[in-house]
Amino acid sequence: MFAIAFSYGVVARPFMGWVAPIVMSVVVFSGSAQFGSLAVLGAGGSTAAAIAAGVLLNARYAAMGLALAPSLRGRALSRASFAMTMVDSSWAAASAGSGTFDPWYMVGVSAPQYVGWVGGTIAGVFIGPRLGSASALGLDALFPAFFLALLAEEARGGRRRVAAVGGAGIALALTPLLPAGLPILAAAAAAVGAARMRS
Amino acid sequence: MTAIWVTIAVLALATAALKLVGPLALGGKPLHANAFAIVELLASALLAALVVVETFAHGRHLTVDARVVGVAFAGVLIWRRAPMTAVVVGAAAATALVRLL
Repeated sequence: MFAIAFSYGVVARPFMGWVAPIVMSVVVFSGSAQFGSLAVLGAGGSTAAAIAAGVLLNARYAAMGLALAPSLRGRALSRASFAMTMVDSSWAAASAGSGTFDPWYMVGVSAPQYVGWVGGTIAGVFIGPRLGSASALGLDALFPAFFLALLAEEARGGRRRVAAVGGAGIALALTPLLPAGLPILAAAAAAVGAARMRS
Repeated sequence: MTAIWVTIAVLALATAALKLVGPLALGGKPLHANAFAIVELLASALLAALVVVETFAHGRHLTVDARVVGVAFAGVLIWRRAPMTAVVVGAAAATALVRLL
């Protein structure tokens, strides 16, 4: 977690300065949305496209929150507090089988990750500029490698694989035709298409 | 610079809203099955799109350069169940090595 956030700090620094990446890690705390929006902005995409990419990448939280909801008890504020600590790994780790979750276990997994995420970003933005040229270090390859690692976790099952292959095909086909960022958003059409398949 | 701060603010609010919609707004009512099926598939479609664009795009052109070697190496590491840190560091190192040669 620390190392991924460190990488984020290093690659975000040239585009965003040193304050913005740290603030983003504090308030967004989402690797896919942070790397995804940075990828769009870094390629010269518009603010709207960067935001849309981040929102669509995080849309999975709506589905994860729905699954989590029946396991949260108490007042709205308490349920909201637990839900805000949800990240991919802690949500998965807190799954106790047959659709139930252990909310305190989720908090316990998320808390150190949050510290590592923010701390790694801080280290990255300050140490990054001393490391040398981003291109010579191969840091541009860090983005696709990170997304590929997330995809390997995410794309399990027939429909998700179809959505992934379709999304990749759409994005490649549209890259020469549309401004940066839009081919990635257009890939969402593959999710709509794959959802119509029988599972 | 304003664009960056707008992006940060909107993504922070949107991420919170996405996390909260299930536990607060729906109150146990299930999302319409069709909508749920699409939401569940969005991350796979967009992550795959990001992988290919970040590997092959150079502006609006598609190119094959040192990044391909890095991503291929990342693929091998993922297949060998290496931790995520090893995957991204390995991809950067393989790309840097190709550029050095």
